[in-house]
Amino acid sequence: MSTQFHVAHHFTDAEQQRESAKLGMWLFLLTEILLFGGVFVAYAVYRVWNPEMFINAHKALDVSLGTINTAVLIISSLTVALGIREIQLGRAKTSWKYLLVTILLACVFLVIKYFEYAHKFHEGQLPGKFYTYEGIVGTNPHVFFSIYFLLTGIHAFHILIGISLLTWVMIRTMKGHFSSEYYTPVEITGLYWHLVDLIWIFLFPLLYLIG
Amino acid sequence: MSSTNHSNVSYLEDKKGLWNWLTTVDHKKIGLMYLGLILASFLVGGILAMLVRMELISPGEDFYSADTYNRFFTMHGVVMIFLFIIPSIPAALGNFVLPLMVGAKDVAFPRLNLASWYIYVVGLLLAFWALLYGGVDTGWTFYTPYSSEVKGPVAMIGLAVFILGFSSILTGLNFIVTIHKLRLPGITWFNMPLFLWGMYATAIIQILATPVIGITMVLLLFERMSGIGIFDPSMGGDPVLFQHFFWFYSHPAVYIMILPAMAIISELISTFSHKKIFGYKAIAYSSVAIALISFLVWGHHMFTSGQSRFAAMVFSFLTFGVAVPSAIKVFNWLATLYKGSISLETPMLYALSFLFLFTIGGLTGLFLGTLAVDIHLHDTYFVVAHFHYVMFGGTVVAFIGGLHYWWPKMTGKMFNETWGKIGAVLVFLGFNFTFMPQFLAGFRGMPRRYFTYADEFTIFNVLSSLGAFFLGIAFVIVGINLVMSLINGKKAGQNPWHSLSLEWQTQTPPITENFAQDPVITHGPYDYDTQEVNH
Amino acid sequence: MKRIIDWMMPEAASTVSSEIDSITYFIFAVSLVFFLIIVISMIHFVIKYQRKGKLEKTSGVDQNHVLEFVWTAIPTVLLVMMFVWGFRVYLDMSIAPKDSIEIKVTGQKWFWTFTYPNGYVSPGELVVPLNKPVKTLISSRDVIHSMYIPAFRIKMDALPNRYTVAWFEATKPGTYPLFCTEYCGTSHSKMLATVKVLPYGEYLQWLDDMANMATGGDPVELGKKIYAKNACNTCHSLDGSTMVGPSWKGIWNASHQMADGTTVKVDENYIRESILNPQAKIRAGFQGVMPSYQGLLKEQEIEGVIAYIKSLEKN
Repeated sequence: MSTQFHVAHHFTDAEQQRESAKLGMWLFLLTEILLFGGVFVAYAVYRVWNPEMFINAHKALDVSLGTINTAVLIISSLTVALGIREIQLGRAKTSWKYLLVTILLACVFLVIKYFEYAHKFHEGQLPGKFYTYEGIVGTNPHVFFSIYFLLTGIHAFHILIGISLLTWVMIRTMKGHFSSEYYTPVEITGLYWHLVDLIWIFLFPLLYLIG
Repeated sequence: MSSTNHSNVSYLEDKKGLWNWLTTVDHKKIGLMYLGLILASFLVGGILAMLVRMELISPGEDFYSADTYNRFFTMHGVVMIFLFIIPSIPAALGNFVLPLMVGAKDVAFPRLNLASWYIYVVGLLLAFWALLYGGVDTGWTFYTPYSSEVKGPVAMIGLAVFILGFSSILTGLNFIVTIHKLRLPGITWFNMPLFLWGMYATAIIQILATPVIGITMVLLLFERMSGIGIFDPSMGGDPVLFQHFFWFYSHPAVYIMILPAMAIISELISTFSHKKIFGYKAIAYSSVAIALISFLVWGHHMFTSGQSRFAAMVFSFLTFGVAVPSAIKVFNWLATLYKGSISLETPMLYALSFLFLFTIGGLTGLFLGTLAVDIHLHDTYFVVAHFHYVMFGGTVVAFIGGLHYWWPKMTGKMFNETWGKIGAVLVFLGFNFTFMPQFLAGFRGMPRRYFTYADEFTIFNVLSSLGAFFLGIAFVIVGINLVMSLINGKKAGQNPWHSLSLEWQTQTPPITENFAQDPVITHGPYDYDTQEVNH
Repeated sequence: MKRIIDWMMPEAASTVSSEIDSITYFIFAVSLVFFLIIVISMIHFVIKYQRKGKLEKTSGVDQNHVLEFVWTAIPTVLLVMMFVWGFRVYLDMSIAPKDSIEIKVTGQKWFWTFTYPNGYVSPGELVVPLNKPVKTLISSRDVIHSMYIPAFRIKMDALPNRYTVAWFEATKPGTYPLFCTEYCGTSHSKMLATVKVLPYGEYLQWLDDMANMATGGDPVELGKKIYAKNACNTCHSLDGSTMVGPSWKGIWNASHQMADGTTVKVDENYIRESILNPQAKIRAGFQGVMPSYQGLLKEQEIEGVIAYIKSLEKN
């Protein structure tokens, strides 16, 4: 396949196309940060208003599971970066394997998250009016769990999107659609994945480690 | 561009049929598809406005109940803001013109562009479905805790706003990348049309502010579904936090609405004065300045919400900071008229109308930015009149002006100039007739969103309602004139307004690829002092 | 010009009114000057430089530093003046004097109640003394409302989870309207009250009278007063027309179907219950939106309302 094939008609060359795609993705990531920013602001406001409750409530979260998940995501960021590096060097056969590992790690993250959620549901540590747990001292502990579920829920939704995107680029890599000359979709999917990872890096200490 | 190997079949003739339109990635067709739905939304919003003004023609219940009235004014706001004004100039006109202006064949991400149209359609269907379902009565501002407990399809409207915001983000993203990466060699940051600067500044706001309304709507949805206690005071939440979130988006959104209008006015004034735009850099930088300051003034919607005196001081001060770049723009446009060769064709009449109305809209903003005076005027009809002067007198008038300006390029047809002028004058008169009395009602203390009112306000309301019907008729004339041009309009030439801007240097209507071959840039878009214009 | 402003603004009846009107006057004058400069020069240019004959090249002058400096600097100076003046008066408006009389203002769908220092609660009517600073402590029992007294040029939101403060000093005896200016639902536009300014002596006398509201008197007359004063009239008509709530006309002794399917006869007990616990039995076809008057109406006043409703049946 010639390089020319991949350049859409309205771009003058592959370089222009690649740079456009990357700029577009960076701008999109900016909107993602602002989206999460809203909930982070809510977190900050309610933390300042209910400092004692926040400290008591965060103890209900499982730090070891959170730590494992943090490690899982950091490793997945590494594997996706390696996948991009391999395709840059033209090695599609190893590249898709790294992408597959990334997808599997993302699934591991979701499974662990599932167990955490299941435990919370069981205990009644639920958002808003569904909150029935009684073991937390302080005002309005349901607000902490509202914010916890919102942040981790929206984040998990992003992981799901990430899994779909990674699967799509992995299949295309297997089919040989990418080469060292054209790998933009892999690269921008990787960018997206790093952001999802980065947001978790903020979520983890704010929710699990405060005190 | 005489000899060419390409066929010169226009984009309208190329690949006809519904399916080809619905799957097109051509920015011009997508622009037209946006235009159709946006004008339909304008019609719906306009009918709702007429219904509102009809009820307000006298105090007490005249035609329908207070609950119905509350739904009508809410849906009027929601439809006009989210479905009409915000996408109007960028998504319809901008989509069509922006790639032509940078000399590109399309926007950077054509499929994303089509996707944003479909997302808009989903939002529009949801909003109209909710409207038929009875509508909501929260006001377009959705203030909690009213919105978190009231019955009605609030969740559906909230979801529609979220989805429409996503469409707006994708348009902005596409425009930023297109302006950055797809400019032809020779089109630099400082010799590209000012329309692009306006679109660029708008896109910055779309990208940075819209996600916040998205998350706010998500929080509101969850508040209604499961009482998460973020905004609902009975669950430990703070309703004022909602106002902060809401205005953090919705104030910049005001500039998503007005910056594109200013962008159009720069083009119209220069073209119809046949004169180099005065203060190019001042206008360009002031657009960006307005965009940036717009993020720091949201608190001026909340001077009576019990915010701290310090916050009130800062927000008031920064609000005046927006007034300076706005004033600079107006003076630059005036200076462009000076010693020009002014032609009063229909689009220019709208541009002059804009100058008049936007000046009033801007100056009345000073009353509201001034803390002590705002306390008196906040949430009265003065505010209603003020923002209609900016949003309607400013943005809508500029949009209609721009629509007339690019109409020949888009459709290949000329509208009837006489009826065009009559329409422009009637819109101007009808607009002032409608909204000028509202300033007086506001000064005298008539609160907004009132179904009925004290007798002393009757005269202002009667005038305003009559004006609204007048304005409605004016828009019917404008609409008929444009529709008639499609049926029996004269064929438009390549450059009917004698502009130097790039979009006029290709055939009318353009071919799908925009330019038969990449144009060679030899002059800027406003070099009327040195360039002859080809007709 | 001064007269235009005086006509534009509502009657000025508080210490800050005239000050705010002066700023308004100043901004109005500045705006008018700028507006005229812009519009007159626009019309002048359009006439003078109208295109005649064929297109010709025009001047390429696109900057003039002196001019640009002037049209940036002059507005900036004027804007700073507006800001400073507006902020200073705002400070005066927002810091209540220490010796203020404190009145609690409560908004709820869709009426206002005012609680005086002696504990007397008056719905629908705010009575204040002349030439004495009054500090209002404002809150809401449900959604956000906003207290607006145009004659005093003050406005402050009533929030459900905290108190907000506004103060004023009335300078003219008389009665003035009070509006709700934060949209709050169906009867937002009827959520009104009157502000009555009395000389200090009369104010004290009034408070005294109210505190020991004269017993005796005609209960029907009392009920009629309560009907108007407690905003019953925003939802219940007397002529049989349906508003937010059922009309009181001919309601006495009638049997009505409730939302839950039961049938209830309107008698003393039903009316009493509907006043104190409105959600208990809701008539079919109506939304249960009436607030409870528990603690707002005295026993005698409730009896007055019952007597009044009874009296409506006769004629």
